[in-house]
Amino acid sequence: MTSSSIALRTPRRNWWGAQPIGSLFALPYLVFVAVIFAYPLGFAVYIAFHDYFFTAPGVEVPKPFVGFDNFVTALTDPQVLESFRNTAVFLVINVPLTVVLGLVLATALDAGVRWASAYRIAFFVPYLTASVSLVGVWMLLFSSGGLVNAVLGPLAPDPSWLVNPALAMPTIALYVTWKQLGFYILLYLAALQNVPRELHESAETDGANGWQRFLNVTVPGVRATTTLVLILAIITGANLFTEPYLLTNGGGPDGASVTPVLLIYQRGIQQQNPDVAAAIGMILVIVVGLLSLIANRVNRET
Amino acid sequence: MRSIRIAALTGALALVVAGCSSGGGDDDSGDEGAAPSGTGPIEIWLSNNEQELAWGQAVVDAWNAEHPDEQVTAQEIPAGASSEEAITAAITAGTAPCLVYNIATAAVSGWVRQGGLVDLAQFDGGAAYITDRGGDAAEAYQTDGGYYQLPWKSNPVMVMYNKALFEQAGLDPEDPGMATYDDFLAGARQIVDSGTSQSAIWPSPTNEFYQPWFDFYPLYLAETGGTQLVEDGAATFDDENGLAVAEFWATIYSEGLAPQEASTDDAMSTGTTAMQLAGPWAIASYSESVDVGFMPVPTSSGEEDVYTFADSKNVSMFTSCENQATAWEFLQFSTSEERDGQLLELTGQMPLRLDLAATYPDYFSANPAYEVFAGQAERAVDVPSVPNSVEAWQAFRDEYSSAVIFGSIGVDEFLANAATTIDGLVAE
Repeated sequence: MTSSSIALRTPRRNWWGAQPIGSLFALPYLVFVAVIFAYPLGFAVYIAFHDYFFTAPGVEVPKPFVGFDNFVTALTDPQVLESFRNTAVFLVINVPLTVVLGLVLATALDAGVRWASAYRIAFFVPYLTASVSLVGVWMLLFSSGGLVNAVLGPLAPDPSWLVNPALAMPTIALYVTWKQLGFYILLYLAALQNVPRELHESAETDGANGWQRFLNVTVPGVRATTTLVLILAIITGANLFTEPYLLTNGGGPDGASVTPVLLIYQRGIQQQNPDVAAAIGMILVIVVGLLSLIANRVNRET
Repeated sequence: MRSIRIAALTGALALVVAGCSSGGGDDDSGDEGAAPSGTGPIEIWLSNNEQELAWGQAVVDAWNAEHPDEQVTAQEIPAGASSEEAITAAITAGTAPCLVYNIATAAVSGWVRQGGLVDLAQFDGGAAYITDRGGDAAEAYQTDGGYYQLPWKSNPVMVMYNKALFEQAGLDPEDPGMATYDDFLAGARQIVDSGTSQSAIWPSPTNEFYQPWFDFYPLYLAETGGTQLVEDGAATFDDENGLAVAEFWATIYSEGLAPQEASTDDAMSTGTTAMQLAGPWAIASYSESVDVGFMPVPTSSGEEDVYTFADSKNVSMFTSCENQATAWEFLQFSTSEERDGQLLELTGQMPLRLDLAATYPDYFSANPAYEVFAGQAERAVDVPSVPNSVEAWQAFRDEYSSAVIFGSIGVDEFLANAATTIDGLVAE
């Protein structure tokens, strides 16, 4: 086959691509990406570098370029630093739990435990249910007079879970792990379908027990999914807003559950300082990007 | 080829961005194109309080019957985390109505900065109408020397208590005698120690910026004879009065007389607290569930005629309004003596006008439970109208939570830290 015959068979490409109709179908999504993601992101970067506040249409006020001033304001604010520390506490608890529980439970379900469908539904229902309603249940469970403390009796913490500075964030981390787990189990279940059965059979023939097969066949077999789960869990954790806002009423107790996104809401919407809020947002994007990169690297090398 | 694709994508993006940027700009009807002489249909927003909506609709119907060319349309403030956030968004988008009857004073300075509010003093007789109606006290509602809000109604905060629980605890429900801090604490201890109620009083211990208005601030106003949190551009509370109030609340929390966590239900209705700080709206709200009594907030010396927080809601006109002359006429119509009387009748909330009790004697003789609020309304003070108001209150709340509710820093430190931060914010 000559190079000229290949050229004859290759469809002629124009600036719309090989399939102009296909590009047309993709256009709404491109517009969606531009309007919902690209423009706000670009605008947020612009706001973060200017002395900016929202005005009524037609009201012209100077919004001078201020360089890194808003970033300095954000990074010297003790509350902002505390919010990143709180997020770190959250991620340290939530991410490993999500990965381990997600993989272990998916493996158990994949192995054909009895009532597997019922378990799948049980794990998935919290993910589908609105946070607002589930938060109400957790508030009742973990309030000082709630069911958990009633069971614990004298072992109940004082102050109680959601008003205890040391326990508020871990409680939120547990709540989010439980709520999101169904989604990650589904991801792992899909990944487990692609792990060749022959590998398990070979390992079994070589005398490997269940735990050894899990470590040496299953875990490497779903590595790509683990990377995805790690990155999604980090992004979800970094975007934490609803749970601390509702469970601990706006970042309490004593700021122990305040998160960067909660501060973005406070500064940008409530206090009308969108420039500082945008700077916090930029810092968050950079931190999440770095964490995701590290997670990707570490998972690839182990 | 590649460069053409990039150029096309960039062009498409630019078009999208330009489309977004111009939204609301072309049909802008702000100050420039909206002279105060404009007349015609207008839109107003009311709070979602059922009784207030009924009042608003009655006023609108009465106006519309007489003004076929200047019809008024009323609706509830659109849903949002709070009215303030919905209004801020509407100002930015240019979709604010002509008038909103639910303006919290703390948000006004931010909206003025946004260029969203009309100075009512620019109308003929505007300033005079406001001061004639509200007296000298109306001046406290000025921002940058202008009347960007008409002081409309107040909900003076008092101590509401459950008479049955007081009786069970051995307190006199008709005269509890809890006017001083010492007496109040003694009564509170009696309620909790007797097992009558899980908590004596239950202010919300959460972190929102407006929560000080229902714990620290009413008592601070009472203790100081009506000194606002910020006066003459500086925080006032870092003194012996602020210390007395903060220590009072710190004692309440440290002795477990008030919980550190928010109630998961209505603690007053369920009897898990014997007292709350509340306004006159509570009379109607609890009329079928709890027999409530009211007493002034306590002070260290137990003064008789104490000041308290007004918790007022006012009326503002927005620059996006095309028919501002109609809006101004309707604003006067809806705040006339007759309509204020109707508001009092339907909602139990106190119109911010001079000599309330003497203006509506029939109402107060028929509704004695509200009379105490009419007296209190004359000694009610609002939040200061200062720059960065919401941020200042949030800073105050953060420090208060640390020191008073959770005891993680000292009360002295809270007062000094909060005062320093607020001084900086109001000076910006």
